[in-house]
Amino acid sequence: MAQDKIRVLIAKPGLDGHDRGAKVVARALRDAGMEVIYTGLRQTPEMIAEAALQEDVDMVGLSILSGAHMTLVPRVVNLLRAHGLSDVLVFVGGIIPDEDVPELLKIGVTGIYGPGAPLDDIVRDIQREVAAH
Amino acid sequence: MQSQDKLESMREAMDEWERTTLRGALDAWPERYDEFVTTSGEPVKRLFTPDDVAGLDYQRDLGFPGQYPFTRGVHPTMYRGRLWTMRMFAGFGSAEETNERYKYLLAHGETGLSVAFDFPTLYGYDTDHPLAEGEFGKCGVAVSSLADMEILFDGIPVDRITTSMTINGPAAVIWAMYIAAAERRGIPMDALGGTIQNDILKEYIAQKSWLLPPEPSMRLIVDTFEFGSQYLPKWNTISISGYHIREAGSTAAQELAFTLADGLTYVQAAVDRGLDVDTFAPRLSFFFNAHNDLFEEIAKYRAARRIWAREMKERFKARNPRSWWLRFHTQTAGCSLTAQQPENNIVRTTIQALAAVLGGTQSLHTNSMDEALALPSELAARVALRTQQVIAHESGVTNSIDPLAGSYFLESLTNRLEEQAYQYFAKIDAIGGVVPALEQGFFQREIAASAYRYQREIDDHRRVVVGVNEYQMDEPLSIPLLRMDPEGERRQRERLARVRRERDNELLQRRLQALRAAAQGTENLMPYILDAVRANGTLGEVCDVLREVFGEYREPVII
Repeated sequence: MAQDKIRVLIAKPGLDGHDRGAKVVARALRDAGMEVIYTGLRQTPEMIAEAALQEDVDMVGLSILSGAHMTLVPRVVNLLRAHGLSDVLVFVGGIIPDEDVPELLKIGVTGIYGPGAPLDDIVRDIQREVAAH
Repeated sequence: MQSQDKLESMREAMDEWERTTLRGALDAWPERYDEFVTTSGEPVKRLFTPDDVAGLDYQRDLGFPGQYPFTRGVHPTMYRGRLWTMRMFAGFGSAEETNERYKYLLAHGETGLSVAFDFPTLYGYDTDHPLAEGEFGKCGVAVSSLADMEILFDGIPVDRITTSMTINGPAAVIWAMYIAAAERRGIPMDALGGTIQNDILKEYIAQKSWLLPPEPSMRLIVDTFEFGSQYLPKWNTISISGYHIREAGSTAAQELAFTLADGLTYVQAAVDRGLDVDTFAPRLSFFFNAHNDLFEEIAKYRAARRIWAREMKERFKARNPRSWWLRFHTQTAGCSLTAQQPENNIVRTTIQALAAVLGGTQSLHTNSMDEALALPSELAARVALRTQQVIAHESGVTNSIDPLAGSYFLESLTNRLEEQAYQYFAKIDAIGGVVPALEQGFFQREIAASAYRYQREIDDHRRVVVGVNEYQMDEPLSIPLLRMDPEGERRQRERLARVRRERDNELLQRRLQALRAAAQGTENLMPYILDAVRANGTLGEVCDVLREVFGEYREPVII
């Protein structure tokens, strides 16, 4: 399907209330010309997969600073597959210890961004990955 | 402060300096930036002089420590009499692990406790709730039942040490558990000293751990004011918090203004209930952030004290001078810490802690170097505590009270922050008050815009963050991180199951029903919550009754 604008769902899974980073990234992607949908807080993996389906997005960005990423990210990835959305890219931002990175990449996460990641790098990576996909 | 002719002569001399000495220097060495700004993006002039504080009236605007308007501090001797309380925010995993950490910190000279709860606890869910999956003990300690609370404070003299608890939506329930756990040890509630954060307005604005909609939340908070003033005279029933507003990305002026606006809203709510302001106002406390910009932060604390004293005395007509006091806890800025080169965070925290002390804080938490990566390790927490001890005993800044008063720059910044706070008060009033403003997303938009601007400044190299956008290194992480006990969650779930099995369920149901009926009426809910907790009602069970009667809050989604 040909689309002019990259469509992105920024989501906050679990109970984590830290939304500063999610909002900053959402604004940066919007300023870079993407269509951004932000879910708000306290979303279950089911709600996120459902929103990705409804909104027909190219990419889902998950923001997690609570440490629950190893529970929540695989569940979102699996639910996206179950909804037939295996071509939707998944990016993760937040506090992700180095030791968890290989496992997340293995299950199909495309990009992982920690504190201090420049916004322009995130924008560029998404543009490149969506174009290549 | 200066006579008029002296000021005139100073102005002439300054003109002369600008034309000659300064001009020559600027021609030879241009300044590093076109405009210098604070951490909050406020422009800062090259030089401040007596001209900038010409309108300052010492007795009206500063006064003496312990006297109105308390700009110089709430106590007459400040740190010469007693140092601030060194209160390290701590909590992770199970109650057993956190109890051990408290004992470790106390053994190393900490003088007060501060509890960090995990997300399920902050939202009033038990550990075995489906929404709690993967969250146990991750951002703090899990407390689902009175049994957990008893273990958390096991062996700690809660009648002699004060405890602060960062809990908001379910604050009344967690407070009841603390009271009931002490009771079981034979310690009466009037002997307990400490603080519950209990500040729901800033949850809607910034921290986001809400439970109920604003109206019933405000009712519960006033219930705690009333209960505390009757039965726990040494307890701070609220800690009106700017910390999380700042962490969410606000400027110093926004932190100051929004926090004080929240505070005035609580006072108004209690007065509207018919409480005499002097019965509860002395137990109100505050909590501010300490960010990197030393002078801006010190000015913020001084302005906060002056504004609060004035509003309590003049707007609310409080007569007890203690009602005019703005007493506050400070935490250094977590959002300023970097994952890169984490050792540098020790230096940032030192500067921030210094601002809090120079600003007259009553208690202080210093962040650990590893907090952009994980919860603090024992070593990192100890270094952070030692940072406070070095400031207290070696730096000399505690010898004289409010030692930077009279600085042209600092007094000018203090005045400017005060003006900015009143400008925000006017905007909030124009919207109809704090609750309508947060329901319309006013605060959330203001904060998100500031957070975005700040991040852009870093990305565009207009702001240097050492180790992040300058002086980078590419080397593996060099500090050890905290490892939690993998058995903690299993132990806590088993304990929860045992509590539910062994308690008198019939008694509990009667008490929950009594709470439900009271919630549908207008009575103070604290005695009912306390009774439910004494009968081993869990956090989730008690909060479910409140959710059932009052419904849940839904936030306006704002980017």
